[in-house]
Amino acid sequence: MRNSITRSVVGVLVVLALAAVPAGAPIAQGKGTIKIASQSPLSGGQAALGEGIKLGAQLAVEKFKGPLEKMGFKVEFVPYDDQAKPDVGVSNSKNIIADKDILAIIGHLNSGVAIPSSEVYKEVSLAMISPANTNPTVTDRKYTNVNRVCGRDDVQGVVGSEFAKSLNAKTVYVIHDKTPYGQGVAEFFRDDAKKKGLNVLGFEGTEEKSNFDPIITPIRARNPDLIYFGGIYDQGAPFFKQAREKGVKSKFMGPDGMDSSDLAKIAGKNVVGMYYTSAAGPASALPKAKQFVEDFKKKFGKNPEPYAAEAYDAATVALKAIEAAAKGGKAPSREDVAVAVRKVKLSGITGDIEFDAKGDRKKALYFVLQVDSDDPQKWGDNKIVKQLAIAPPSASKN
Amino acid sequence: MDLPLLLGILPQVLLDGLILGFMYALIALGYTMVYGVLEFINFAHSEIFIVGAFVGVEIMLGLKGAGMLDRLPWPLVLVLVLLAGMAASGLLAVTVERVAYRPLRHAPRLIPLISAIGISFFLQDAIRLFESLWRNAFNLVYPTMDVLNVRFELTQTIDVSVKSLVVIVAALAMLGVLHVLVNRTKIGTAIRAVAEDQAAASLMGINVNRIISLTFLIGGAMGGAAGVLFGVQYGLINPYTGFIPGLKAFTAAVLGGIGNIPGAMLGGLVLGLLEALAASYLSLLTGGAFGAEYKDIFAFSVLIVILIFRPKGLLGEVIRGRA
Repeated sequence: MRNSITRSVVGVLVVLALAAVPAGAPIAQGKGTIKIASQSPLSGGQAALGEGIKLGAQLAVEKFKGPLEKMGFKVEFVPYDDQAKPDVGVSNSKNIIADKDILAIIGHLNSGVAIPSSEVYKEVSLAMISPANTNPTVTDRKYTNVNRVCGRDDVQGVVGSEFAKSLNAKTVYVIHDKTPYGQGVAEFFRDDAKKKGLNVLGFEGTEEKSNFDPIITPIRARNPDLIYFGGIYDQGAPFFKQAREKGVKSKFMGPDGMDSSDLAKIAGKNVVGMYYTSAAGPASALPKAKQFVEDFKKKFGKNPEPYAAEAYDAATVALKAIEAAAKGGKAPSREDVAVAVRKVKLSGITGDIEFDAKGDRKKALYFVLQVDSDDPQKWGDNKIVKQLAIAPPSASKN
Repeated sequence: MDLPLLLGILPQVLLDGLILGFMYALIALGYTMVYGVLEFINFAHSEIFIVGAFVGVEIMLGLKGAGMLDRLPWPLVLVLVLLAGMAASGLLAVTVERVAYRPLRHAPRLIPLISAIGISFFLQDAIRLFESLWRNAFNLVYPTMDVLNVRFELTQTIDVSVKSLVVIVAALAMLGVLHVLVNRTKIGTAIRAVAEDQAAASLMGINVNRIISLTFLIGGAMGGAAGVLFGVQYGLINPYTGFIPGLKAFTAAVLGGIGNIPGAMLGGLVLGLLEALAASYLSLLTGGAFGAEYKDIFAFSVLIVILIFRPKGLLGEVIRGRA
């Protein structure tokens, strides 16, 4: 009984809502709301990076929403916390696609979260522009709505192993965190290192977060020239710290997951001199990002973490695409926005942005950096040892 | 297979396992003492353990902020931090018992268990809330004291750091004190009497509620000490760090025979050694087919086998003569 009443009430509401949409367009102030959402970890061990993504995107939305507001839209920015967990990301995604005003999503930090979440966005062709997801699978599925402004791990891993060789390393030991991101980039590093004639002494995955003793002991006994940790700083930092404290003398290296001031905060002097590759350079190295860094500091009172600049560019791309799709003055559909994203040509603060048919950036930047100081405040001053602009590897094969 | 390498690292692996094992043993005591007295599993003990680690890191960071960390003699700092961690965790355990378990003491057994799980979640997020308001941090790092990282090289591949020695010495001392307390003192006799039969003990003039509170205090204090030692040894903690060591320590208590104090110590050591051996050797022995990530699967498989043949644990469950 109760059920049938609820059902009929809902039914009436749905009918009313459907009737209201075409008729309600010119009411009072403007043409409705356009929302841009972000998803990144805002709590938990990786919140430092996730918060940077949120704030970078927020800054861009505030700065570039003018043209859309002139057209009569209200522009809002809605951040979501994916907690770096795939299940949380997916359930947020379901809420996001249910909110019809959301036309683009900036996220995620973790490839392991982005891959399942983007399956949800795909159902409604919601444009996702990733600032940080480097796992090849993200774009190799060739979804028309998935894009990224950062580089790819199959390139980043190779950049790493090339650099390891240039350091004259003969033997390497590879550790990873068993996530699609960490294991993925570690495998690319390992495979290319083998190809280049380096001796890979071990390849080991672990989800451990505090006690690395039993992993370090065999490594120390074999004394590799270099240890590569495919993973993120909240796990890499205690590993490298304990390894140094146990007397491991090898050089340290990691992918862009190590790129956070928290690495220095946790591991201190033990990681000074460590190398890391990045598919997202430090904002200080980007000539066009000066203004961004100043604005960011002024507004939020701290330095932008890595990926904040990428998130800023990703949100700018989203706004430009929505503008282009809304040319007629009507709120664009999600499909229109997704199509428009692929056509955007933008001279962003991280360089020129243009997407290929898979949603990869036509030319992405890759860096090798070296930790300079154990002071987290000086993380932005880390030295760039090498800088490259490389096209995605499979673009020519398609 | 590289036999000299395998044998060469064995002493170091055993040492690492021993340290981990002592940590598990100290935590396991909290589970086993409470079970021995109340036949109840205190699932909030993993959080009581990590609260000790947080109190320790806060004191050390406070000392560092005041510039005292390097000026005070390091054993004094360690003793101070250990005592503070023990006091905080012990009092927290007593409070939890008073608030969440005592009102349910005569309820069906599953009810306090659920209450304990609720307290565990509550404490995790309370710590997280506090630390994010107080320091705006999720991961907290124990300040390094250089003297603790000094290592004594026994051979080229084996060495002991000062902090490992601290862990071993502190754990042995506390286990010793506990053993004397339970077996040689009047309070210990009272605890054992309450464990055996609450009604008879109260007829003998023992204040049962007070003894139960005391059991929580001692178990909590051991957990708090383990928390501080965990922080000093491994360096990094967050509000959820306690969960996995807590689960392992509970397993260790069951392995040794739950309710049995020497059993908890033995169970902790066995589990720590199994874990260290598995993590260091699996990859070497299988040529990389099974890596360190299988350490828990290996350790727990061995546990299952042990429990199949000795269902009451290595030293046997303490059975209460209850009519």
